[in-house]
Amino acid sequence: MSMTPPDIEGDDARFAGNLTTIEPEKQPAAARIIRGRSPWQLAFERLRKDRTAKIAAGTIAVIILLALFAPVIAAALGHGPNQQFVDTGENAFGDPVGPNPTFWLGTDSSGRDLLIRTLYGARVSLVVGVLATLISVAMGVLFGLVAGYLGGIWDAIIARLVDVVLSIPFLIIAISIAYISHPGFWLVVFVVGVLSFTYPARIVRGQVISVKEKEFVEAARALGAGPIRIMFIDILPNIIATVIVYGSLLIPLAIVSEASLSFLGVGIPPPTADWGQMISDASNYYQYGYWWYLLFPSLALLITTLAFNILGDSVRDALDPRGAGIYE
Amino acid sequence: MSTTDDDVLLRVENLVKYFPVKSSKFFQQREYVHAVDGVSLEVKHGETFGIVGETGSGKSTLGRSVARLYDITSGKITFDGRDISRISQRQMRPLRREIQMIFQDPMGSLNPRRRVGSIIGDPFAIHGLASGAERKKRVQELMERVGLNPEHFNRFPAEFSGGQRQRIGVARALAFQPKLIICDEPVSALDVSIQAQVINLLADLQSEFGLTYLFIAHDLSVVRHVSNNVAVMYLGKLTEVAPADDLFTRARHPYTGALLSAVPLPDPDQSDGRQQIILVGDVPSPIAPPSGCRFHPRCPKAAPACVSDEPVLEPRLGDGPLHTAACHFPMAIGENLADFHPSIGEEQRVVEGAGLLAGGPAQANATQAEGSKQ
Repeated sequence: MSMTPPDIEGDDARFAGNLTTIEPEKQPAAARIIRGRSPWQLAFERLRKDRTAKIAAGTIAVIILLALFAPVIAAALGHGPNQQFVDTGENAFGDPVGPNPTFWLGTDSSGRDLLIRTLYGARVSLVVGVLATLISVAMGVLFGLVAGYLGGIWDAIIARLVDVVLSIPFLIIAISIAYISHPGFWLVVFVVGVLSFTYPARIVRGQVISVKEKEFVEAARALGAGPIRIMFIDILPNIIATVIVYGSLLIPLAIVSEASLSFLGVGIPPPTADWGQMISDASNYYQYGYWWYLLFPSLALLITTLAFNILGDSVRDALDPRGAGIYE
Repeated sequence: MSTTDDDVLLRVENLVKYFPVKSSKFFQQREYVHAVDGVSLEVKHGETFGIVGETGSGKSTLGRSVARLYDITSGKITFDGRDISRISQRQMRPLRREIQMIFQDPMGSLNPRRRVGSIIGDPFAIHGLASGAERKKRVQELMERVGLNPEHFNRFPAEFSGGQRQRIGVARALAFQPKLIICDEPVSALDVSIQAQVINLLADLQSEFGLTYLFIAHDLSVVRHVSNNVAVMYLGKLTEVAPADDLFTRARHPYTGALLSAVPLPDPDQSDGRQQIILVGDVPSPIAPPSGCRFHPRCPKAAPACVSDEPVLEPRLGDGPLHTAACHFPMAIGENLADFHPSIGEEQRVVEGAGLLAGGPAQANATQAEGSKQ
């Protein structure tokens, strides 16, 4: 441990990345104290050193803040999200007006402020994205743990269920469900969340099968732990990193799914501001030169999903136990 | 095997554990690994019962079957007067306080994502015995008892050395002061200097709490040091059972003899002068074990009777009732295995496990003499 190559920046503390500690009595007097750090602390440190991750996280933070303060901004500008400005927000033919000092991003086909509606749209996208992901991850973890740990008949039933859900195209089943029931916010959350449980379920099942062969699971059984305790206390902490990575990559997927449903008219019902719906509406106007109407909601969707995807990738790298050690 | 029931903590009778092997074809007959095939033994209160054998001899399976981590194929396990061979895992749970295990791999048997305090606290949490500050206090007492710093309560297993991790495993097994601890190769993953520490710890705990150990190992010198009685296992069967000193001085079974001749001796002169018996070939497949005596394909004393008849585990050559060996032609004291040559040819040897050894280096001359003293 004390044989630090001199040409490498840093000092003994970098070995903390190996999660090892030097016992105090063996430690040279001048050496720095080496802290033991949990895998989570290490992952967080890695994430903090990752510039791409910081940019993505910053972008997401800005989007969240803008969504949170959308009503404040709306009040400051004096433009409500569903307020129509027949005089100033539409031209002589009743069509959208472009970006100007009153409407910074222009207006939509009904003379509503595009900036305010885009900000309000972020609220729907984020909330649906997060809630749907929570549903799919919770279901996926539950089904994956049961299928992987209990195996046998449970595994067979769950595996077939996953196969069935995966074999039906998402949009077709989503549209069918939306048609036979009342479209609305919770329906979208439910449909997007439930239909995407298959991805985490498969991943979790595979991970559980590999972890359950470890000796500590046998040790837990030897101590008298029941299957539920083993699944959630012994196995889950060992696969939670994978779950988090998949969860963070499912958020953008859920946002896009929600936008797709709204684009097709079976998502969030009007007049609630929603990106998919705005893009759908704008596609009728775009060819007549009203570029801003299509551009800004699309850009918002693109930036949001991109930021979540990049952050998800960085989280995966940070949680990789073979990742680089952390310099202090 | 004729002790009174009061003395016996664990009695295993004709224990059989087969593992199914996945067959590739549909209508093919299902094959089984005969991991443990009719083992009977008795472990008395307060003793250390050693089980030795090569890799794949089924000694770990035996230990885990006794702990009922596996459902056994047939046989009977009586623990402390109760028949535990058929009870369900749920019924087994309260009994787990009395039968504990220490595992071989001190890294693998500790959950890497959990802190040491919660790992050692697991027994209390699972059986709802202590919680909160009380649990922490008892965990720290245990840590202190096994020679760990109680301050290290919040560390992860990866922050400890191999010996310290094994102490964590010991502390966890000790939480209930169980009657029986099954030690599955508890020291074979450790350095020799650390092995001594852990073995001494186990010995101290035994005298302090009156523990009984079922000590599984492949290191004969370790087993001799810790055990009162030793059983030698080969391909799922016991070949010889004896009090430790008896086994090491008056081995009856040629397999035991061969194992003993492989124990390293600290004195190089003694070591050079010793006849080392080198067994030819590998352990046959446990899927289709050899007929008769399972050791006959590798045994220097093999004879036709060894192929046709399975020897019974019983006292041989006037031994006491505690020293039993399963061999038709047991070794007399001072007998030199290297002088023997099997009276059967290679082609007569393996019956059911045929094909596995056919191309192997099985020679008629199964022994090799080194040096010529004695």
